[in-house]
Amino acid sequence: MTTRRGARRTTGTTGTTSTATTAGALALALALTGCSAIGGGTADPGAGGTPSGSGGTGQGGTVTLVTHDSFVLSDGLLEGFTERTGIAVEVVQQGDAGSLTNGLVLTADAPLGDLVYGVDNTFASRALAADVLRPVELTAPAAEDARAYAVEGDEAGALTAIDYSDVCVNVDRAWFAGRGLAEPTTLEDLTRPEYRDLTVVPSAVTSSPGLAFLLATVGAFGEDGWQGYWQRLVDNGLQVDASWSDAYATTFSGGGGGGPRPIVLSYASSPPFTVPEGGTEPTTAALLDTCFRQVEYAGVLAGAQNPEGATQLLDFLLSDEVQADVPGSMYVYPVSTSVTLPEEWARWAPLATEPFAVPAADVEAHREEWLRTWQDVVTG
Amino acid sequence: MLGWTLAVLVPLGFLAAAFVAPLVATVARGFVPDGRVDLSGLADVLGRSRTWRVVGQTLTQAGLATVVAVVLGVPGAYVLHRLSFPGRRLVRALVTVPFVLPTVVVGVAFRSLLVEGGPLGGLGWDGSLAGIVAALVFFNYAVVVRAVGGLWEGLDPRMEGAARSLGASPLRVLLTVTLPALAPAIASAASLVFLFCATSFGTVLVLGGLRYGTVETEIWVLTTQLLDLRAAAVLSVVQLVIVAAALTVAGRMRARRERALAWRPAHDTARPLRLRRPAGTAPGDGHALDLAAAAVTALVVLAIATPLVNLVVRSLRVGGGWGLDHYRALGVRSPGLPVTALEAAATSLRAALDATVLALVVGTLLALVLSRRPRGAPGRRAVAALDAVVTLPLGVSAVTVGLGLLLVLHRPLGLDVDLRTSPLLVPVAQAVVAVPLVVRTVLPVLRAVDPRLREVAGTLGAAPGRVLASVDAALAARAGGLAVGFAFAASLGEFGATAFLAQPAAPTLPVVVARLVGRPGADSLGQALAASVLLAVVTALVVGALERLRAPGTAQDW
Repeated sequence: MTTRRGARRTTGTTGTTSTATTAGALALALALTGCSAIGGGTADPGAGGTPSGSGGTGQGGTVTLVTHDSFVLSDGLLEGFTERTGIAVEVVQQGDAGSLTNGLVLTADAPLGDLVYGVDNTFASRALAADVLRPVELTAPAAEDARAYAVEGDEAGALTAIDYSDVCVNVDRAWFAGRGLAEPTTLEDLTRPEYRDLTVVPSAVTSSPGLAFLLATVGAFGEDGWQGYWQRLVDNGLQVDASWSDAYATTFSGGGGGGPRPIVLSYASSPPFTVPEGGTEPTTAALLDTCFRQVEYAGVLAGAQNPEGATQLLDFLLSDEVQADVPGSMYVYPVSTSVTLPEEWARWAPLATEPFAVPAADVEAHREEWLRTWQDVVTG
Repeated sequence: MLGWTLAVLVPLGFLAAAFVAPLVATVARGFVPDGRVDLSGLADVLGRSRTWRVVGQTLTQAGLATVVAVVLGVPGAYVLHRLSFPGRRLVRALVTVPFVLPTVVVGVAFRSLLVEGGPLGGLGWDGSLAGIVAALVFFNYAVVVRAVGGLWEGLDPRMEGAARSLGASPLRVLLTVTLPALAPAIASAASLVFLFCATSFGTVLVLGGLRYGTVETEIWVLTTQLLDLRAAAVLSVVQLVIVAAALTVAGRMRARRERALAWRPAHDTARPLRLRRPAGTAPGDGHALDLAAAAVTALVVLAIATPLVNLVVRSLRVGGGWGLDHYRALGVRSPGLPVTALEAAATSLRAALDATVLALVVGTLLALVLSRRPRGAPGRRAVAALDAVVTLPLGVSAVTVGLGLLLVLHRPLGLDVDLRTSPLLVPVAQAVVAVPLVVRTVLPVLRAVDPRLREVAGTLGAAPGRVLASVDAALAARAGGLAVGFAFAASLGEFGATAFLAQPAAPTLPVVVARLVGRPGADSLGQALAASVLLAVVTALVVGALERLRAPGTAQDW
């Protein structure tokens, strides 16, 4: 499976130019410009976190940030950036990390913006191979911290790490305490008979934490060993749900949905959300020996209209201000070592000391093969 | 003549720009990767046993769900459109709600009932074919009720009365008079349901997982996860073939049965539902059939209400107790979200309004054109072809179209504009889905218009435009309210192509629900459920209000 390098065909010329298309384009244009409810400018500009900047297109111009659906920062952060630099920021959101990366590859000739944020380490190689990014010089002190998470092979620094999170198996402590059963601690434990029919994970094909868990097992058992592990999991009554929310909110017993299974795949940062009202500690815990580390990157696009502005915005994403904000707004850990974590996180959301890892290039090279094999094992 | 030319060109142009061009662009990208045609994918993908398994599963699921939806939906159309009883409008609105529920909520509303240990866990439907079919019927029941009910309402009961007075039993009248007259609407509804089911993505994944993967889920995986556009293009073609075959079958069924029907004002045709036989009437007057239909419908409505009630109940759960906290939170911006749920609801309504207007204009024009019966064979063939093309958008993967929009809207037709990030793309993508619904709801009614009515109007000196306004439009307006409600509901709930478009940060309500469900914490889940209830209530209110629009008397001023 390869990515298409430097697609030569320009998009938009499909050769269906006919009277009908013209009429349609006219109708479309009418709709797009004319009287419409959504284009009427009634939307609250402050609500979207996208300062359209009254004097936004001043000296710094405009930077368009292309990102995934989960991007959000606290109110005022981007506005502050615009005030200080004179650069207006427009945010364009496109699906999940996978859709976002594919969008970058497919629009390489005419990118949707200047800076991308949200390509993760499972898709990083695809973006790098398609040459859609350009390396830049950063001045933020945290750029040094970010280098610790650089993608193997990206010596030039086209992708800059912004944040990360650990995808780990979580357990419902209350469930295990109530039954006097010891909690599992390792991946191997999940295949033991006492934990039969207790585990649920999201699908590796349709869920990004699901894929991360598959990669954790590849990292733990090797390229030839993970298939056998998954077979043992399936034989031990593993349930596979479509998405993280199906697994965590519906099937997991400790996720608020009151489902039947006490072991679920989630994040190291999930437990603090299960502190009951009036309680002092969470009812769930992450198993730190079962984790895969997901890193999210940002990069300036090769076809950026405003590369200088994009670089400044990238520096801003590494500033203490934004780095301190990401745990609260996006539930991820900052790469910067100079900001302090929220107290609850420091107490109840420790990170894995040695998360499992698979080189990004291997992920991209084997993704299809691994997912096919995984599907065969899981669906029997 | 200019009028008809425009009536053909505007909707065709819209479909060409918003549907055909993106579809062609995506498929071309797969078959012509770098300037050279590469058809090796065809043999490769069609040679995989997996492909055929997936095709088989698509046909099985969609076929079963269509049959069940029609068998349950036809009695439902009768009860909800031909019988009158207190709360009828409410029940009609209720059965429409599932149509707009975001799939992410199905997981919570539907699956939490079916999951082991859940209230209906004993059925063993979680992760099974039965569960998928049940959910598909849950979503599409309203399609049959509305499409068939729209025509049934207008059927002149005197036709049935004549058959009865000639000695036919009520059952015989139903089978030989009523159902044949309804056949075009039933075929229309069945084709819509089949297409919806065959392209259902979330429902299949959430309830069945990959074991029951369909052509649609396969295209999604190939496109979004593997970026294997070559294989995805082959499957898109396979999907087109399946859909075209289904539409051809439905078209044949329709064409055989379509003919002019006698019309009555809607309020004339409904009669009260009585649980007891009215005093003084003889047995065998059809009362037993009424009761049977009412019983079936009551059971279905109960089955549809169960997950909805479950949704409401769970949205009221706060910690260990009960309360309205999650509803209060709808007006507050929670961390991690760019807008409040109420703001998102406003965005949704605005987008759906745009989409509905767009779909109505395009859909009504198309229905008018399609309702003509040209004299010459080429003309008839052209109409038949257009008829099939109009419904295609429902049967083609939203991922394919969404991706295509990304490809074609940069400098479309060489113009120096970039429409890829226009906020209006969302209503446009929604309208593409809503247009076929408008056409399929309005067209059976228009086609049933007795051509003599138009001729009489013409003879009496009405100009062609006047004939359209006073004959076609007046009759179409009866279905118009249904069509508007349908289009609006479809637009509100659309979460396929819109999820793939690049959008400025103004998420719609379904997107916000997905975001809330995707966050840890019982409060997020509660808010997601409350936001879903909000979406359901808004839908029910709007659909209910729109249905009032077609009250007699408003029809003439169309």
